[in-house]
Amino acid sequence: MSHGPTRRRLLAAAITVAPGLLLVAEAAPRAPGSPVTAHTRWGLLIDVARCNAGCTACVDGCRHEQGWGGAASDGPWIRKIEATERQTNRSVSLPVMCQHCAEPPCVEVCPTGASLRRADGIVLVDRHRCIGCRYCVMACPFDARFFVDTEVHDQRPYTPRGKGTAEGCTLCVHRLDAGRLPACVEACASAGGAMLFGDLIDPTSEISQALRARASTALRAELGLASAIRYQGL
Amino acid sequence: MVVSGVTLIPSAPRIWPALGLLLLLVALGLASAWTMETQGHHITGMTNRIVWGLPHVCAIFLILTASGALNVASVASVFGRSDYKPLAPLSALLAIALLTGGLAVLVLDLGRPDRLLVAMLHQNPFSIFAWNVLLYSGFIAVAGVYLWTMLVRRQNRHTAAAGVVALVWRLVLTTGTGSIFGFLAGRAAFHSAMMAPLFVAASLADGLAVFMLVLAGLAAFGGPVPDTALRRRLGRLLGILTAASLYFALVLHLTWLYAPDSRAVSGFLLLHGGVFPVLFWGGQVVLGTAVPLWLLFRCAGREVLAASLVALGGLEQLGVLLIGGQAVPQSLLPGWELHSAFGDGSAAAYAPSLPEALLGVGGFALALLLVLLGCRLLRILPARLSEVSA
Repeated sequence: MSHGPTRRRLLAAAITVAPGLLLVAEAAPRAPGSPVTAHTRWGLLIDVARCNAGCTACVDGCRHEQGWGGAASDGPWIRKIEATERQTNRSVSLPVMCQHCAEPPCVEVCPTGASLRRADGIVLVDRHRCIGCRYCVMACPFDARFFVDTEVHDQRPYTPRGKGTAEGCTLCVHRLDAGRLPACVEACASAGGAMLFGDLIDPTSEISQALRARASTALRAELGLASAIRYQGL
Repeated sequence: MVVSGVTLIPSAPRIWPALGLLLLLVALGLASAWTMETQGHHITGMTNRIVWGLPHVCAIFLILTASGALNVASVASVFGRSDYKPLAPLSALLAIALLTGGLAVLVLDLGRPDRLLVAMLHQNPFSIFAWNVLLYSGFIAVAGVYLWTMLVRRQNRHTAAAGVVALVWRLVLTTGTGSIFGFLAGRAAFHSAMMAPLFVAASLADGLAVFMLVLAGLAAFGGPVPDTALRRRLGRLLGILTAASLYFALVLHLTWLYAPDSRAVSGFLLLHGGVFPVLFWGGQVVLGTAVPLWLLFRCAGREVLAASLVALGGLEQLGVLLIGGQAVPQSLLPGWELHSAFGDGSAAAYAPSLPEALLGVGGFALALLLVLLGCRLLRILPARLSEVSA
């Protein structure tokens, strides 16, 4: 994927609220017909110190963009968790979604290969190949893969959903391919500003620089899944 | 020894009402599956936190007992106990029937059972689930050939070889079934190398229990009535296998209890997990193991009751393992208390609905229907009691 200046565009919403921390970074659009490559790996750095308890901007943004939540049984593609450390009583709030692991358990266990990982690291479900066995839901260590158990209405044309198949966060792949940011990141920018999105491979990207400069961790790092979602301040 | 088997006669008492009842239950199971597919799984008790429920408990129980039902045939063909040979064909037929029933439930519970062909054409070679699809299909083929070598007199010379293949295959099959759970590294309540031997032990005990129940049941339709000596031999074997099954479950929990990070799993399943400790202690330990052992080794002539309790305990064991294992809250941040609208940090609830219960029962009914039909159409059963106890 090219990163040339003619192919880049900084989002108007991009703002800097702390020295050295660009809250929303640019995403380069992929030229129509050009293949997704492993030269890019999209990821997120979430600063839990900036994530406000009770704020659901990312959840609302995702739900509106992707169209889930119409049924009571819909799984939350992204959810807010309030956490309190037992030893210190410190409380934080953090969003949890598919962690887009480098070695995703959902992909390994899927009997038909419907769970897949794109070359750029985005973990997706091929709804036409999914047989609805739910083994991926069982395998996900983050409770971030869901099963659609009722008729789906008001589907978005860019995100097919289907009764009887699995689903989860797509990292707004349809927006990324068009050079836009994921909906949660965009929504967060105008709320707490806790999400930094970008290319984990590009050493000059803001997210790579931030990850080098600050301590961060992955959820359930002990599993060695090399998640693309990192958390700062846990 | 050559098996000279007989078929159940059409005039056998109660055979037609039994076939009718089983057909009705199969039809109800199919109707339930159709309802679940057309309306969606929201009509079941399964949720995004308990994604595998009662149908899976029934399906995996049937698959495990299919493997264990071959015990009698293996003892006859592989370990050379010729006194069990007359019952070996029933053992193989029951194995095929139980696996078919289990597979039917698994397939009909899929979100998209209409895409079964997709599962056949696109297989992920890294998926333990895909391996099991091959293991299950292969088991039916292997057990079928095994049965064929027993029933066709001129093929009897191949029975021993087929028996060895079937024995190895069923051990691999139950190892694979246990590994469906044991390989889930992200789930503390499942991830364990103990799952494979635990499933193997459970299959040996539960499968033999089901075999003894079916043998006793067939007597009501004109099948042979096993004599006291045979019942006692099978009963002693059942007792040993049932104790072994509980042993593996206890070692698994001891392993979890020893490590602080997994202690919560055993604490939930054994102490404060609502219905699950009741099912474990009351179901698997007392009713499913202690009482049957007492019946088998202290009370003569109670083998069928003991086998019923072992089978019931096996079902309860799977309920605790599968559903309880999912109900245990995942530890996304070890050392932190979690709360969310999705239920992070708290146990997941599950209440099975009628359609999923009927689907599970339909699997059992299909297995029994196949057994009854097989015994009616093929020379499965020994002709005389003397052959059984010879």
